[in-house]
Amino acid sequence: MNKNFNIIISGVGGHGIITLIKIIDEAAFIDGYDVKSSELHGLAQRGGSVLAHIKFGKKIYSPLVSDGSADLVIATELMEGLRTLKFLNSKTQFLVNKNLLPFIGGLSEEKIMQQLPKKNIQIVEASKICIEKFGKEAVSTIYLLGLVIRNNLIPLKQESVLKAIEKIVPDKYLDLNIKAFNSHD
Amino acid sequence: MKKILLGDEAIVQGALEAGVDFVTGYPGCPSAEIGEEFLKLGEKYGVYAEWSINEKIALESAVGASFSGLKSLVNMKSFGINVCADSLLPLAYTGTNAPMVIVVADDPSNHSSAQSEQDSRQYAFLSHIPMLEPSSPKECYTFTKLAFKISEKFKLPVILRITTRVAHQRMPVDIKEVKERKKQMGEFIKNPDQYSTLMPKTLEMKKELLKKIEKIKLFAETSEINVAEGKSSKLGIIASGVSYLYIKEALDILGLDLPILKLGFFYPLPEMKISRFLNGLEKVLVLEEIEGLLEKEIFKIMGKPLPDGRQAKAEILGKNLLSEIGEMDIEKTCHALAKLANRQYKKPIIKEKALPIRTPRLCEGCPYWYAFATIKKVAPKGTIFGGDIGCNMMAGLNPHNIQDYLFSMGSSLGISHGVKKSTNQKVISIIGDGTFFHSGIPALINSVYNKSNQLIMVLDNRITAMTGHQNNPGEILEIEEIARACGVKNIKVLDPINMKELEETIKDYLNKEETTMIVCKRICALLAKRSK
Repeated sequence: MNKNFNIIISGVGGHGIITLIKIIDEAAFIDGYDVKSSELHGLAQRGGSVLAHIKFGKKIYSPLVSDGSADLVIATELMEGLRTLKFLNSKTQFLVNKNLLPFIGGLSEEKIMQQLPKKNIQIVEASKICIEKFGKEAVSTIYLLGLVIRNNLIPLKQESVLKAIEKIVPDKYLDLNIKAFNSHD
Repeated sequence: MKKILLGDEAIVQGALEAGVDFVTGYPGCPSAEIGEEFLKLGEKYGVYAEWSINEKIALESAVGASFSGLKSLVNMKSFGINVCADSLLPLAYTGTNAPMVIVVADDPSNHSSAQSEQDSRQYAFLSHIPMLEPSSPKECYTFTKLAFKISEKFKLPVILRITTRVAHQRMPVDIKEVKERKKQMGEFIKNPDQYSTLMPKTLEMKKELLKKIEKIKLFAETSEINVAEGKSSKLGIIASGVSYLYIKEALDILGLDLPILKLGFFYPLPEMKISRFLNGLEKVLVLEEIEGLLEKEIFKIMGKPLPDGRQAKAEILGKNLLSEIGEMDIEKTCHALAKLANRQYKKPIIKEKALPIRTPRLCEGCPYWYAFATIKKVAPKGTIFGGDIGCNMMAGLNPHNIQDYLFSMGSSLGISHGVKKSTNQKVISIIGDGTFFHSGIPALINSVYNKSNQLIMVLDNRITAMTGHQNNPGEILEIEEIARACGVKNIKVLDPINMKELEETIKDYLNKEETTMIVCKRICALLAKRSK
């Protein structure tokens, strides 16, 4: 990997975004990269937007991804996915959970879908699948991470990511998270 | 041993390695993780840790610990330093006995703050307390250790000023193992000459303080956290805090190699080092978040010649290019750097449309839903609603819209008192339990004593919820008992889901001649779910 790898994660408070950041940070660290990330807490807990940045590579200075320089964007909610467009370039891979959490003044699903890019995008019903298969929407973020790894959207080794999950996720939720990570749907 | 740490966690690690004994603070974003970690780890590493009821008391408790020979750390968000300022200034006069570090976390862009976009660096000038500014978790760790050393050496507290992008940044940090130990006991050795700021000796104390600052200035001149790097050039950059990381990246993006003076000290500044760096430069870019404070200091420094008579004459670029509003980022930094170097910087084409903002909202099942809906329904047209800090500030948002002013912790009661005394209008103050304990009580007493018939609605969800569920004195104290002791005669305690009862009480209390209080007691919905 010559260039640094830049990731944007976008969603709503309570989606397990902080856990996802910790896992990717740890996996990049295991793979020997320099890594930095930035996250917003606080009001995010009360259902506000959350936007996180992760960068890994040979040498990382700032934790923020500059406009147009994301290699991968993961959105855990449709409307929040729409907020990441400024980070995209023609090669950015975009993975979106087809899950809409409406709010007063928000856009309809149809309007959002129209505005999302048409290229390099996968829109997956992660929340629906996880509720059906595991009875828990909370693991949809890890399910998305599984997809990222299987589709080679991130230059990290699968075993490093698994090691990171084992380290970060509390024991009592570990089995379920690993099942969601490995799920092939 | 390398471990990925959040900036806040790195401060905790640094303090543990420095042998901290006593930790106080008040939770707020983005500093709350510091106090949380100490509450978790305190037992193991022999650290006394508490959430104090406000930042002033947190600071004063640490003063007591320092006078008793224990190493202390105080943590708070930006506005906390306003609350403790009354004791912060005399603390500079008395100085510390055992070392003390005060962590203040500003929130440029107000990602998680109401009130104001505060630049707490101003307090360094106001109080004459040394202030350091780390840019990353690695520096949070090393600067915390250094801050304890500086405090120990010069017998002054040291402020570690962080910002959201530093506090909530993660990276691998090379740390040392901390040995488990038992709690230490100190001893207060009487020394009123030092510890009492009794007149007329305050002016003598001020003289001593300014002497100390001169000595720390010399220390800053040779300190490795104020460091010049990069190739020499006619152009240069001075950067502090997280801006340093952005300029390193911007130089890479624009393919430039220019000298940078990175300042880890904000106060006192190493004037000679800055002067030498400026010498021979034609243009210098000053990068700092929020206010142009460094920039002003650099102007002053440029006015003084070096000992050999040379005088810097650089053109300064700073807040003439960069806004004093909002946090710094890579784009802004690239833009300023391109101006400095006379380069073109093409911003990537952005296809962003203005999108509707997802404002925070009350959680599903939150007891505040019931309270807000009932207040809105029953309050006569024209009723004035006082807002306060915490989850209840959402009263000001859709669909509630019952907030006519919002200032600072506990301020609803005071402002409402003024409105009540100035008008014949009905006034309802809406405040949470944590905020009531923090600074609502003096305002309640004032309202009773000076006789205003405002209705105070305490939305008591049994926890300090907004900042991540920190316990508060509600664990052992009942708000209605405090109010009774403060002289409130009309007090009703109820569960807000009994909306009929709440409705009738509001109607009744709005017609009373004295201060009234309704305590809406119901546990935070998130907490209730978690404890199931």
